[in-house]
Amino acid sequence: MNPRTNNLVLAAAVMLAAAAMCAAATAVAAAPVAPAGMAIIAAGEHRPLFVLPNEPQTVPVAQFALDKLPVTNGEFLDFVRDNPRWRRSAVKRLFADANYLKHWAGDLEPGEAARTNQPVVWVSWFAAKAFAQWKGKRLPTVAEWEYAAAASPRRADGENDPEYQRALRHWYSMPAPAELSRVGAGLPNCFGVFDLHGLVWEWTSDFNSAIITGDARGDTGLDRQLFCGAGSAGAKDTGNFPAFMRYGFRSSLKAPYTVHNLGFRCAKDL
Amino acid sequence: MKPNQFLRRFLLAGMLCAYPALVRAAEAPVTATKPRPVDGTVQGEEKAVLTQAPFVPPPIQRTHATKVVVNLEVIESTKRLADGVEYVFWTFGGEVPGSFIRIREGDLVEFHLMNHPSSKMPHNIDLHAVTGPGGGAASSFTAPGHKSVFSFKAINPGLYVYHCATAPVGMHVANGMYGLILVEPKEGLPPVDREYYVMQGEVYTAGRFGEEGLQPFDQRKAEDERPGYVVFNGSVGSLVGDKAVKAKAGEKVRVFVGNGGPNLISSFHIIGEIFDKVYQEGGVKVTQEQVQTTVVPAGGSAIVEFSVEVPGTYILVDHSLFRAFNKGALGMLKVEGPENLLVYSGKEVDAVYLGSAAEGGSEIGRRIVELEAARAAAIRADEKIAGLTKDIQIARGKQVFLQTCFVCHQTEGQGIPGQIPPLAKSDYLMSDKQRSIRAVLQGLTGEVEVNGKKYNGIMTPLNTLSDTEIANVLTYVRNSFGNSGEAVSADEVKRQRAELPPPAANKFE
Repeated sequence: MNPRTNNLVLAAAVMLAAAAMCAAATAVAAAPVAPAGMAIIAAGEHRPLFVLPNEPQTVPVAQFALDKLPVTNGEFLDFVRDNPRWRRSAVKRLFADANYLKHWAGDLEPGEAARTNQPVVWVSWFAAKAFAQWKGKRLPTVAEWEYAAAASPRRADGENDPEYQRALRHWYSMPAPAELSRVGAGLPNCFGVFDLHGLVWEWTSDFNSAIITGDARGDTGLDRQLFCGAGSAGAKDTGNFPAFMRYGFRSSLKAPYTVHNLGFRCAKDL
Repeated sequence: MKPNQFLRRFLLAGMLCAYPALVRAAEAPVTATKPRPVDGTVQGEEKAVLTQAPFVPPPIQRTHATKVVVNLEVIESTKRLADGVEYVFWTFGGEVPGSFIRIREGDLVEFHLMNHPSSKMPHNIDLHAVTGPGGGAASSFTAPGHKSVFSFKAINPGLYVYHCATAPVGMHVANGMYGLILVEPKEGLPPVDREYYVMQGEVYTAGRFGEEGLQPFDQRKAEDERPGYVVFNGSVGSLVGDKAVKAKAGEKVRVFVGNGGPNLISSFHIIGEIFDKVYQEGGVKVTQEQVQTTVVPAGGSAIVEFSVEVPGTYILVDHSLFRAFNKGALGMLKVEGPENLLVYSGKEVDAVYLGSAAEGGSEIGRRIVELEAARAAAIRADEKIAGLTKDIQIARGKQVFLQTCFVCHQTEGQGIPGQIPPLAKSDYLMSDKQRSIRAVLQGLTGEVEVNGKKYNGIMTPLNTLSDTEIANVLTYVRNSFGNSGEAVSADEVKRQRAELPPPAANKFE
């Protein structure tokens, strides 16, 4: 057997083992059929970064479906074709800031800087929400997104996968690339979802409900109840820098904002 | 709490805070402004002059307070940390440390913080000069491609650190997000001839000091407070050679020293100078005179003043010396001018000093030499220590084999039928030890017969291996794969190597 075949067999074995570990997390109900392009995220629990001491330390996440890939420019083009009020020249400033789809060549023309297989960025929360509704879907909650994104390629509890955590920290400490990769280029996590890390930030339905105040140190202070969101207790895991960055990033946003490395994907109830 | 109860509370919380936030955003999406009471004490308006280290904006000549507009842009970029080493710095104003801001006590500062559209992260700024919650941090939290504006009254004079306070705050600071803001007292600072800006900070790289390439941030090292680099002004060598700060003999120099940290306290020292005056911790009073080394806390500062009397190069260090000599915390001040022999003579006598080793060496010296000779002889006599036993040679030779030989001869020495002759039970190998040594040194080309089969391939010379390595690997193959034979010594290899014809001249040289 040559080394390449060897690697392939090994990879297949790892993936089988991974599928087993993800399934093991929740082998309760019979697996429903996933809608096209979506993965079933088995029910489980999310441990929020910020919780009050007297609150439950975990948030239950019911089984749901999540897009395997972030929404692309190609898909968003279909959306604005069908929904003229979400075209760049027509959108209301109330719902998207002046940079909305700024990298597109025209209203119905993504152009060179926005290839159809790249994730759509420069979109507001309102636009993402409208897209999801148009698809008969919705945006994932922070809890759902964080729960799905905690899975590594090998296991559902990716926080206990040191190699994966190292890779994540590495990505979070690198600058945004000049040109985004196509969607689905990396390894899927054990639920079969791609690009939750390493490509773009993603909108969530309740992005500003679990708040970092903007001043990192105040978030562990006693007066956190003054601020909206998760309460006075400090972070659960002060070493989880990627999670801090995601919470921080979400907290810096307002719903009409658009950012060069912020896209989204959709979720659906089952 | 039952899940549905929890969910209700969760949703309620969402309605109480998330939803109004959306509505507020919808009412005034991008350029929200709050009405501000008029400050009767300020006259006029000006734009702050910002400078990058080691330079400092000129002293303020105004005798009244004014409104100062500060425009500071956050830029994330890959920059040089040391020769051949790059790091992704997050900066205030494009450089580390951030731009120096100089204002006057009583000024009203309108602070514009822009986060460049290409940024990956949101950022904010906490200026220690601000009196108010978070030092402005909560008011300046800014997503990529956005801008925040807030205002503060500079009530307290002094030299203050500013830094980013976004979670995880230590990482934002370690990545370069710190700088200094000087609030001059109303009466100003005494005049000097030169002013410079030097700020220390640590960088926590995954690789060790000097390891080349783009180095990612290492969270574990940051938690353990074990930086790969401790630098002045953002990189190794930022104040060295052509980039050294300069002065002329007889001049009075003031250095605004900051320490961004995020973890270490600096023991700031200039080799060959004494600080005539120190404004400890960046306050407005000269608190000490004639100081050799002053402490600069993480997230703190100091102002030092001194006259330079003698020309030459003065080295700025963190006197925690391994940081200076092994991690980069080193800068230079070059002073030009005529020599001042009254203050410093230079070397006046250069003579031999023999100490107790005079006249053929001391008793102790001779004894040491004798003992060392005895120890070396003992090592030579003991094969185990000297690494000469056959077993040790076989073990070491296996390492050489697995790096060099097995690709062709295969791990069990079986070779490849028709192409590479076997070493296992090989009559060719075992029948002539000296020929085997030559084969390794010179290679082997042309037809050979091994165990009754003919091979006609090319074995490349492996003369880059040392005599010891060749002796060990041959001892290994002669005693493995079913072979059994005597060891090959390094001396035998050495003799064969000496008899080789000189290598043909390389026609490309």
